[in-house]
Amino acid sequence: MSELSAGDAIPELKTTPDKYLPHRYAGASGDFNPIHIDPEFAKAVGLPNTILHGLYMMGLTARAATEAAGGDPESLKRLSVQFRGMGAPETEIVVSGEVKSVEEGKATIEVVAAQGENVTIRNAEAEVEL
Amino acid sequence: MAIKTDAVGKEWPATTYEVGKEKIGEYARVLGIENPVHFDREAAQAAGYRDVVAPPMFCVVYSAPALGPAMFDPEVAMNFAAMVHGGQEFVWGEPACSGDEITTRAKCLEIYEKDGKGFYVFETVSTNQDGAEVARGTWTNIVRGV
Repeated sequence: MSELSAGDAIPELKTTPDKYLPHRYAGASGDFNPIHIDPEFAKAVGLPNTILHGLYMMGLTARAATEAAGGDPESLKRLSVQFRGMGAPETEIVVSGEVKSVEEGKATIEVVAAQGENVTIRNAEAEVEL
Repeated sequence: MAIKTDAVGKEWPATTYEVGKEKIGEYARVLGIENPVHFDREAAQAAGYRDVVAPPMFCVVYSAPALGPAMFDPEVAMNFAAMVHGGQEFVWGEPACSGDEITTRAKCLEIYEKDGKGFYVFETVSTNQDGAEVARGTWTNIVRGV
């Protein structure tokens, strides 16, 4: 059983997706939208370059919340996110969060994913069973 | 221009996905998850799972095939060139394990216009071979300049 109390910061998750991470995520998830893997296509539709899959960053958010609850995959019961800034490969992602409440063995954690000043996931709320 | 809302309430045919051990491992690895319950059958069973268990967000893998036809439906008429994935929610029930056969149904919950943007909200409900719900997803896509 993991001990979490309201106001606690969860351990930060830091990772730098390499240049080919979006290709591997596309293969793992089945989402081959070319804006994630083809720089020419991405630029043609007005993006600066290829961008990370939003659901990859949501996956990191899920991982951070699950690990904060002790690591059992079954502990994550609900996760809602809003995608905002675009994520870029080859830039460090930091997922951080704060426990908002703990009631009846369930903790609600507010989570944010960012690359420097660029917040890619905001208003994320995870519910984990302790 | 008024947004087309004819597809609200529409449901699409269910899809079925059989969960595989190596596919779970591939997905866990790309997210950097190291818990052996996602790779090793004995470790998963020692932790009380039937078989190697999927990370919660693996739900995108088994639910996406049901969502595709919904998003591309001409009746929904979403403009993909101006679309972004705006928000996402998942609620999890029974864990998904290797060997599970998961059936997903997609439905259009809402289509509405706000601040010059179109909001297209879909729901996927995934159940396993025993009829137990494994994941419920709410997918919000935003189209600029409708």
